[in-house]
Amino acid sequence: MSASEPLIRLKGITKTYGIGQAAFQALKGIDLAIESGEFVAIMGHSGSGKSTTMNILGCLDTPTGGSYEFQGVHVERLSRNQRALLRRYFLGFVFQGFNLLARTTALENVELPLIYRGDPAAERHAAARAALEHVGLQGWEHHTPAELSGGQQQRVAIARAMVSRPKVLLADEPTGNLDTRTSEEIMDLIGTFNREHGITVLMVTHEPEMAQYASRVINFVDGRVEKDQRNRGEI
Amino acid sequence: MLWNTLLLALRAIRRNLMRSFLTTLGIVIGVAAVITMVTLGNGATQSVSDRISSMGSNLLMLVPGQRFGPGSEGAAKFKTADVEAIRGQIGAAKHVAPVINASATAVYQAENWSTSISGSNDDYFEAGGWELASGRVFTESEQRSGRAVCVLGETVREKLFGRQNPVGADVRIKQFSCEVIGLLKSKGQSAMGTDQDDTIVMPLRTVQRRLAGSQDVGRLMISVHDGASIDAVKEQLTLLMRERRNIGESEDDDFQVMDTRQIAETLTGTTKILTMLLGAVAAVSLLVGGIGIMNIMLVSVTERTREIGIRLSIGALEREVLLQFLIEAVVLSSLGGFVGIVLATAASIFLAALMGIPYLFDPGINLLAFLFSAAIGVIFGYFPARRAASLNPIDALRHE
Repeated sequence: MSASEPLIRLKGITKTYGIGQAAFQALKGIDLAIESGEFVAIMGHSGSGKSTTMNILGCLDTPTGGSYEFQGVHVERLSRNQRALLRRYFLGFVFQGFNLLARTTALENVELPLIYRGDPAAERHAAARAALEHVGLQGWEHHTPAELSGGQQQRVAIARAMVSRPKVLLADEPTGNLDTRTSEEIMDLIGTFNREHGITVLMVTHEPEMAQYASRVINFVDGRVEKDQRNRGEI
Repeated sequence: MLWNTLLLALRAIRRNLMRSFLTTLGIVIGVAAVITMVTLGNGATQSVSDRISSMGSNLLMLVPGQRFGPGSEGAAKFKTADVEAIRGQIGAAKHVAPVINASATAVYQAENWSTSISGSNDDYFEAGGWELASGRVFTESEQRSGRAVCVLGETVREKLFGRQNPVGADVRIKQFSCEVIGLLKSKGQSAMGTDQDDTIVMPLRTVQRRLAGSQDVGRLMISVHDGASIDAVKEQLTLLMRERRNIGESEDDDFQVMDTRQIAETLTGTTKILTMLLGAVAAVSLLVGGIGIMNIMLVSVTERTREIGIRLSIGALEREVLLQFLIEAVVLSSLGGFVGIVLATAASIFLAALMGIPYLFDPGINLLAFLFSAAIGVIFGYFPARRAASLNPIDALRHE
């Protein structure tokens, strides 16, 4: 691990929903440093603030206070468009509900980030095909999400997240909608990207079995980090 | 960026074919209705003014009474002597035709036909724009002596004689027999929608004696020499008739001089109002089409908000998402507008032929309907997207 700047550093991140009497503090000051190449599982009960932290890390949501540095850049000072570009070039997302475009083929779903990046058509097609092959979906390129199983849909989502070669993969309960066997396959796949491609993985989960795939487990309770420990067998 | 966004917009249209179709359909129907209505209305107006101009633009009509105001009832008719006076004193008058109308049933062998009979002189044919299909018009002596001769319109010929040539035959009208000396060429419908060919023309004196039983002249048709000022002739006519009818300085005219332009304005005014009315009704259907689009857009707003969330989360800029939705809306509504115009053109040509009115392409209404449909599409397609694209990506993703 780099001894200098970590990939991600959160300092005193707070998030408050609502105002006045009805205000609810979801995050009560999170301090966190994540090094490049880590596989971090974020655990906690619902309402513990783990998903909120994840959304802030993914620039999908903005914190109420505190500072968030990504590769030394203060994210909280970035504009809306700059945060979009950060997502475009550095982050990939996998959601519990897959979030694929309906009635759109697997190939077109995977191509999407590359279209926004402005890649030429031929390059884009090749990259999307390769990404689908990488997640074991060769031959399913022209199927729409409705024609795919849950596990296959999540594989498409992973291919879409990985096709733009991001620095960080953010996975919010990626196995929440899947059975045990499929969950293990998906976790293996994510683990492979982490080990073989050095992609930093941040994963929210409430299942201890899934957290075992991670090299580091952070526990959230009531909007604070309660426990932060390394797993055995860490690389 | 534009090219890629266009690609995304077209993909979005393709994957929601039903929604795209329904959106377009609303616009197609609205645009087609507005254009068809206005085009047919314009055709009808044109047809009316065509018929009036077929009467000749240099024609004046002198009628007793004022159409508006007092004195319209019981105003004195004109006299045969007025014809000579006008001929003698108004040099610009080319033809002066006194007209008296009566209606009677004409009988030939086993056929009979009830028609309108005009009594006049030879000038009637010239001033009224009639041409002879066969035979001749009245001679000087026939007019003077009031002989029972007549010229038939095409409809009367058809009803009484079928395809036979009537010239030389005798037609019985009321108690007298009348020799057919001529046949008029068909003129078709009048501006008022009546059949102009359903007529029999006789010498003025014949009608006065045998049918009307008076020396009155109902109206006077005066055609003016080319190049003469219609307004000047109207002025002279008014002065002359006031003098001949002994109208004092302070009294109003008890007759009216109308030119074809006035007649045309009155009649085309009516069809123009009808066109506007039809256009307004059709505009409502365009509006309803717009509301239909709004409905579809609102129904799909949940799905589209999540779609926007997905796009934002994978790094789309807000303006790229908006541009995509704008292109989608513009493509669909212009496609709808274009199909609507094509449909309206086909329907207008067909219906115009069916109704016997000319088809007139009106670029103004086509452009207006097209722009309006595009505006509806853009407003209802773009503005719901604008709200969604301004959300935090996570809020758009979680939209229920």
